[in-house]
Amino acid sequence: MTIATTSGAVSHPRTMWIATATMTVALVLAPVLGVYPVFLMKALCFALFACAFNLLIGFGGLLSFGHAMFLGTAGYVCAHAAKEWGWPPELAILAGTLAAAAMGGVVGLLAIRRQGIYFAMITLALAQMVFFFCLQAPFTHGEDGIQAVPRGKLFGVLDLSNTLVMYYVVLAIFLAAFLFIYRIVHSPFGQVLKAIRENEPRAISLGYDAERYKFLAFVLSATLAGLAGATKAIVFQLASLTDVHWTMSGEVVLMTLLGGMGTIFGPVVGAFTIIGLENYLAGFGSWVTVITGVIFVVCVLAFRRGIVGELAAWWARRRG
Amino acid sequence: MNTFKRTMVGLGVASALAIGTAQAQVSDGVIKIGVLTDMSSLYTDLAGAGSVAAAKLAIDDSGIEKRGYKVELVSADHQNKPDIGSAIASKWYDAEKVDVIVDVPNSGVALAVNQITKDKNKVFLASGPASSDLTGKACSPNTVHWTYDTWMLANGTGAAVVKAGGDSWFFITADYAFGHALERDTEAVVLKNGGKVLGKVRVPLNNQDFSSFLLQAQASKAKIVGLANAGGDTTNSIKQAAEFGIVKGGQSLAGLLVFITDVHSLGLPTAQGLNITNTFYWDQNDASRAFSKRFEAVDKGIHPTMVHAGVYASILHYLKAVEALKSDSDGAKIVAQMKATPTDDPLFGKGTIRIDGRKIHPAYLVEVKKPSESKGPWDYYKVKATIPADQAFRPLADGGCSLVK
Amino acid sequence: MEIFGIPTQALFGQLLIGLINGAFYAMLSLGLAVIFGLLNVINFTHGAQYMMGAFCAWLLLEQWGVGYWWSLVLAPLAVGLTGVLIERTMLSRLYKLDHLYGLLLTFGLALIFQGLFTNYYGSSGQPYRLPEEFAGAFNLGFMFLPKYRAWVIVASVVICVSTWFVIERTKLGSYLRAATENPALVQAFGINVPRMITLTYGFGVALAALAGVMAAPIYQVNPQMGANLIIVVFAVVVIGGMGSILGAIITGFGLGIVEGLTKVFYPEASNTVIFVVMVIVLLIKPAGLFGKER
Repeated sequence: MTIATTSGAVSHPRTMWIATATMTVALVLAPVLGVYPVFLMKALCFALFACAFNLLIGFGGLLSFGHAMFLGTAGYVCAHAAKEWGWPPELAILAGTLAAAAMGGVVGLLAIRRQGIYFAMITLALAQMVFFFCLQAPFTHGEDGIQAVPRGKLFGVLDLSNTLVMYYVVLAIFLAAFLFIYRIVHSPFGQVLKAIRENEPRAISLGYDAERYKFLAFVLSATLAGLAGATKAIVFQLASLTDVHWTMSGEVVLMTLLGGMGTIFGPVVGAFTIIGLENYLAGFGSWVTVITGVIFVVCVLAFRRGIVGELAAWWARRRG
Repeated sequence: MNTFKRTMVGLGVASALAIGTAQAQVSDGVIKIGVLTDMSSLYTDLAGAGSVAAAKLAIDDSGIEKRGYKVELVSADHQNKPDIGSAIASKWYDAEKVDVIVDVPNSGVALAVNQITKDKNKVFLASGPASSDLTGKACSPNTVHWTYDTWMLANGTGAAVVKAGGDSWFFITADYAFGHALERDTEAVVLKNGGKVLGKVRVPLNNQDFSSFLLQAQASKAKIVGLANAGGDTTNSIKQAAEFGIVKGGQSLAGLLVFITDVHSLGLPTAQGLNITNTFYWDQNDASRAFSKRFEAVDKGIHPTMVHAGVYASILHYLKAVEALKSDSDGAKIVAQMKATPTDDPLFGKGTIRIDGRKIHPAYLVEVKKPSESKGPWDYYKVKATIPADQAFRPLADGGCSLVK
Repeated sequence: MEIFGIPTQALFGQLLIGLINGAFYAMLSLGLAVIFGLLNVINFTHGAQYMMGAFCAWLLLEQWGVGYWWSLVLAPLAVGLTGVLIERTMLSRLYKLDHLYGLLLTFGLALIFQGLFTNYYGSSGQPYRLPEEFAGAFNLGFMFLPKYRAWVIVASVVICVSTWFVIERTKLGSYLRAATENPALVQAFGINVPRMITLTYGFGVALAALAGVMAAPIYQVNPQMGANLIIVVFAVVVIGGMGSILGAIITGFGLGIVEGLTKVFYPEASNTVIFVVMVIVLLIKPAGLFGKER
C-alpha cells in the first residue's frame, strides 16, 4: 500500500532534537503564558492518539479505520477502575492501557492477514462491534457514560485535582510516549517495518516474517492509543460513547493526514490544529463538521503530505 | 491584572460609588447566566431557542439591571451528549466566569453538570431535565430542580392510567438516564396499584424508526404501551403506533412526558385523548396568557412549554436571591437563600423550594382535546384535575438525598 | 402457535420489518457495489447522498408542493447530477493513487454534506407526509402491515432486479463490465470510457438518492440518517463481494432478515450481528460470498 509518506531522509537527528526541545519548552511554558490548560491537555491526549495511529499507517502502511475502539475501551476500563474499584490514577491508567493492548492483540490477529481496503473494513467492523458492546454493557452506562471519575493522587502524592499538576503529568506521559515512538521508528524494528511498507514481497524474500512485524506494530499502536484514552478519561473525569464512535476513528485519520503521515511531528501538529479549530468553532454548531470535511477533501486532493510533510519537502528543496 | 479585568473592576467601582454598595461583591461586576440547551436535536422545540428567549424575558422582568446590576446571557448547544455538555459547563465556569447554568433538557447532561456545579460551588437551575435523581441520590446544595420530574410524571399520568383500568404495561424506554428514571418510577406506581409490567425494551436516543419495538409491544398484549421518552422520540412513537394499528388492535398509548409542542407537531387527530401531566399551561390564567403573548413574539409564534416557563421562573427567583445577598459568588449560599424565600411568580404561582432542592408547585392532569373541542391552534388541553403541591412530588424522606436529615 | 418458543405473530412481524430494512440495505449496497465495481472507489459519501435524496424529496414537497411520485424521479436526477460533478472535479484525479484516498475524499465529502444539512435543519427529523395512496395498512392477521412499507419491498425488488439485469444482461452493461477489466482496450474500441465512468458514478449516486426518497415517509428526513446506515451498508457490500451486484442484493435482503430474526431471539445483538457475519466471511472467504479476488 502506498500512501504518500515522507521518507525519513529529512529527519536528521539534530533537526529532530531541536524540534523536540522546542516543542517541550513551548508545552511547558504554555499554561504559564495563559493558554487554557484543559484545552492543552485535550490536545496532548489527541496528539498521543494520533502519534499512535501514525505508527501504524505512516510507518507500517496499514490504514486502520477503527482506532477509536482502543481509545474508548481504555477510557472505559480506566474510568471504571478509578471510580468503582477506587484504584489510584496510575494503576487505573495502566489498566486501561493494558486492556487496549489485549484488544489490539485480538483484533490484530484477525485483521493482519488482510491488506489495504479489507484491513480497513475489518478494523471498522470490529470497532463497530466494540461500540455496540459499549452501548449495551451495564458498566459503561450507555449514553450517560461513566461520569464523576475521581482524579485521585498520583503515586499517593501528586494531587491531580489541581489543574496545573494534572497538566504536567499529562505532558510527562505524552513526552515519554513520544520519545518511545521515536525510538521504535529509528530502531532496527522500525527499519524492517518501513521496508515491509515499501515492498512487502521483497522484505519477505529477505527472510523477515512480515506478518509478525505488522502484528507487533499493530499491538504497539493499540497500546499507545489506549494510553491516550485512559489519560483522557482521568483528565475529563468522563468516559463516553463519543470515544468509541466511528467518527472518532475518522478524526484521528484526519489529524494524521493533515499533520503529515509518516512524519514524527505530523500527528502532533495535526492534533493541535484540529483541536484548536474545534475549540474555536465550538459555538458554531455543525460548522465544525463541515470544516473538518473540507480539510479532508483539500488534504486528499492537494495536500497529501500534510503540514509537516510539505514543510519537510520545502526544506529539502531549499537545501538542494 | 489584564486590561479587561481592570476595566470591569473600574466599572464596578464607578457604579458602586454612584449607586451605593449594590455591585461591591458581585463577581467580576457581572451576573453571568448560561443557558445550556438542545439547539439542534430532538428537544429543540420544547427548549432550545425558546429557553434563551424566556431567560431574556426573566432578566427584563426582574428589573435588576435598573437597580445597578449588570447581567450577561450566554447560550450553547449540548447536543444531548454528556461529554460536550460537561466540557461547556467546565469551560463556562473556569474560563468564562459564568455564575449559573439553567435549562439543560437532558438528564444525562444534567447529572454531569450537577456534579461540576457542586465541585465549583456555582448554581445549577435545572428547569429542563426530568430525572428525579437530581433531588434523590444525586442531590446537591448547589442545584434547584424546577418544573417537573419523573416521579411527578409517574404519579400523575401513570397513576391516572392505572386507576382507569390500564393494569398491564409494556415500556418503550429511551436508553439513557431520563428514560431509565421514568421507567423505574412509573413501574413502581403500576406495581403499587396492583398492575403488572409485561415487558420493556430500550431504544437509543433520537431513534427514527420504532416499528420493531412497537411490534414487540403488540406481541406482549399489554393493555398499555408506556412511552418513557420525550420530544421527537415520543412523537415518532405515537405516529408510527398509529401506522401499525396499535390502538386499533385494542392497546392504548401512555405518553409519560409530553409537551405542548409535541401535541402541536402531532396534530389533534392523532394526539386526542392523551393523558398528560404538566405544571404549566399557557392558557391556564391571565398571567400565563400574558406571558405567552410576549413569548410568542420572540419565539416564532411557538407557545411556551413548561420547560420555557421553568427557565423564566427559576431565573427570576435566582436574581431575587442574588440581590438579597448582594453577591453571586457563593453558589451554595445563593441556593440556601432561594430555599429560604418562598417563590411567587406569574407562571407557577406561590411555591417553595425544599431542602433537597426540589421546587414545589401544583401539577395539572390534562387531557388532549378532540379536534371538535378546540377553538384554534394551541388550544389543546382540558384540565381534568389539579394535584396539590404537597402531593405532586415525591415525599422528602423517600428520595435518599443526603441533605435530608 | 409457536416456533422455537416464539409466537409466530412476533416472528413473522419482525421478519417482515427486517425485510423492509433489508430492502434499503439492498438498494444502497447496490449503488455502492456498482461504483466500486467500475471505479474501484469506496464511496463513503453514499450515506450522505441517500440523505440528500430524502431532503430533496422533502424540499420539493414543502417548497413547491411537488409530490412523492415526481420526487422519485426528480430527486435522484438532482443528486445524481451532484455526483457527476463530484466525479468530474475531484474523484477522477485520484484514480491513479491508492484506493484509500478515494475513501478519505468521499469521507470528507460526507462530513461536509452532513454538517451543512445539520446546520440548517437541526438533527431531529423533519416529517414527510405519507402520500395519500398509501394511507392505511393491510391486516395480515399477525400484524398490520402499513401499505407504504409493502410498496417499499416490492419497489426495491423491482429496482434491484432491473439494475442487475441491465448490468449483467444488456450490451450497455457488458461495456461497463469490460471497461472494469481493461479500460485501455475498451477505449481503443471507441467507447468513451471516462464518460461512462462519470455516468456510472452518477447512476450509483442516483440509486442512493432514490432509496432516500423511499425512506423519507418511514424514517423521517434527518441529516444523520445516512451516517447511521453507511457502516452497515459497507458490511453488506464486503460480505456480498465488493464488486458483485448479485452479492449486494442477496446479502442486503438476507441481512435484513437475519437482523429481524436476531431481534426476536436476542434483541441486544441485532446491531452487531452484521459485523460478526462480516468478520467471519472475511476470515474464510475474503473476497466475499459472491466476489472475485482482485
